Amino acid sequence: MSLSLVIPEKNMRYPSEDINESTILTIVNNERKKVVPSSSTILNPLISVRNLNVFIQKNHILKNVNLDLPNKAITCIIGPSGCGKTTLLKTFNRLLENSSEIKITGEVLVDGENIHDRNIDVTHIRKKMGLLSQRPCPLPMSIYDNIAYGPKIHGIRNKRKLDVIVKKYLSAAGLWEEVKDRLNAPANRLSIGQQQRLCLARGLAVEPQVILGDEATSSLDPISSKTIEELFVHLKEDYSIALVTHTLRQAQRIADHIVFMYLGEVVESGPAAEVFNNPKEKLTREYLSGYFS
Amino acid sequence: MSLADHTRYRIFKDILARNIMFGLTVFSLLLAVIIGLGLYFKSAPILNEHSLWSMLSSSSWRPFKGEFGFYPFIMGTLWVTIIAIVIALPLCLLSGIYLSEYAHPFIKRLVDPMIDILAGIPPVVYGVWGVLVVVPFIGDKIAPHFVEYSAGYSVLAGGIVLAIMIVPLIISILTEIFASVPKELRDASLSVGATKWQTIKFVILRKSTPGIFAAVVLAISRAFGETIAVLMVCGNISQVPHSVFDSGYPLPALIANNYGEMMSLPLYDSALMLAALILFVIILIFNAVSRIILVRIERRFAL
Repeated sequence: MSLSLVIPEKNMRYPSEDINESTILTIVNNERKKVVPSSSTILNPLISVRNLNVFIQKNHILKNVNLDLPNKAITCIIGPSGCGKTTLLKTFNRLLENSSEIKITGEVLVDGENIHDRNIDVTHIRKKMGLLSQRPCPLPMSIYDNIAYGPKIHGIRNKRKLDVIVKKYLSAAGLWEEVKDRLNAPANRLSIGQQQRLCLARGLAVEPQVILGDEATSSLDPISSKTIEELFVHLKEDYSIALVTHTLRQAQRIADHIVFMYLGEVVESGPAAEVFNNPKEKLTREYLSGYFS
Repeated sequence: MSLADHTRYRIFKDILARNIMFGLTVFSLLLAVIIGLGLYFKSAPILNEHSLWSMLSSSSWRPFKGEFGFYPFIMGTLWVTIIAIVIALPLCLLSGIYLSEYAHPFIKRLVDPMIDILAGIPPVVYGVWGVLVVVPFIGDKIAPHFVEYSAGYSVLAGGIVLAIMIVPLIISILTEIFASVPKELRDASLSVGATKWQTIKFVILRKSTPGIFAAVVLAISRAFGETIAVLMVCGNISQVPHSVFDSGYPLPALIANNYGEMMSLPLYDSALMLAALILFVIILIFNAVSRIILVRIERRFAL
């Protein structure tokens, strides 16, 4: 085992309040290992949230959220309805700002960049993250154009290059074999499950680092959602995946890391096995046992 | 009243209500047919005298000599309508996009009622304003740059006044249409890194194509029939306009100006009825064709 001291990277500021009395130093195999509260035990987190507060029309939706999302793993954000899961997800790619009367304080660092930095280009942030919404939402164009949309927008005009991209990402979403003969058909003639995979492929086509899923399987039939889940498990080798989910079973099946939220606060976060088998907080325990939902 | 009676009474009322509403619907549909037939029978005398095609293609309008050529009037109507749409559509599209996509809610709250007020101004007021402002402006400022002489009373003046009249209509329909584009669709486009303008251009406008088309059809139908405001600024000379600075004489103006006068002339009243019938048929065909095109667009792109 190599040195596993969590060293804050250059651009990542770890406010001191993160390292409090529960910070323990342990010696493992003669190596120093620093154990900090669960939210900070992740090596090289791709997304770090620091003291994030979000107000929508004066309602305090997210309250002082501190969070690290691991790279190349699936993080499931769970919690009862209205706890701010979706808001948190939408803060990541700054889609939230399109609604009115939003106030955001705190920092969200994606790959070391503060996404709310004045000098940062919003499209650059969004390009880093593929979003999969609750209901599949194909653009009103052909299957081919849906995938080529992102790359075209970012300046790829060469038809042959686009062909390659379309094939690559339709294959990645497991859709190529099903649609290769009707690439020019309107995308909304596909079945709902196929549409959702198309949307996934569309997101992947701009080569993001993160995939955000907002209850991405909740409107799908069981077989389609299984396909999507399998895709997620497959994709986590290359992407960091954050999923908001209402189904605990789904989280149990695919999550590597769990974030449990309640009333706008992160109650508990940690490796999936730990949170599911041995939740530290009473609220988490109650939620997991179906005491409330 | 027993329970069974009460139930029977309720069901009777239900059936009665349904039948009354059905009857009223049929009546309002019949009205269109009745008007069409009435116009046809009223214009039958002139149709017996002259061939329809010769009247449609002839340019000479000399009721005293029994010559009734409708070509100038049809062309006058088309010129005014096309000019109006060409002016109004880009304006409406851009301001509609601004209002629904960019404008601060406060601005929207301010502008929306103003547009409704614009839509509610009586046409004659627009007509007077056209005579006082648009006509002299064209006659003194614009026309001299292009043609030797124009009094200002022209199809351009008619087109401008008409454009201003249909702008509020189109804008309010367009903002409705843009608002009906689901937010998820915008999010989907934005989340691959598209800018707002790219999203509008490639997604929202595309999704709204059938709606925009329908709005234009509605506006054109309105423009075809608009009478008083156009009549006041168009010059009303029965000639085929060759430039936008020429006077024109649209069909509705012809009817409104002459009906009830000189009725002693043979066939005159029948000729005016035929003008009305032509207008009626143009609007009917136009609406039918655009409906077919609309269905095609929707099917083609599966919007």
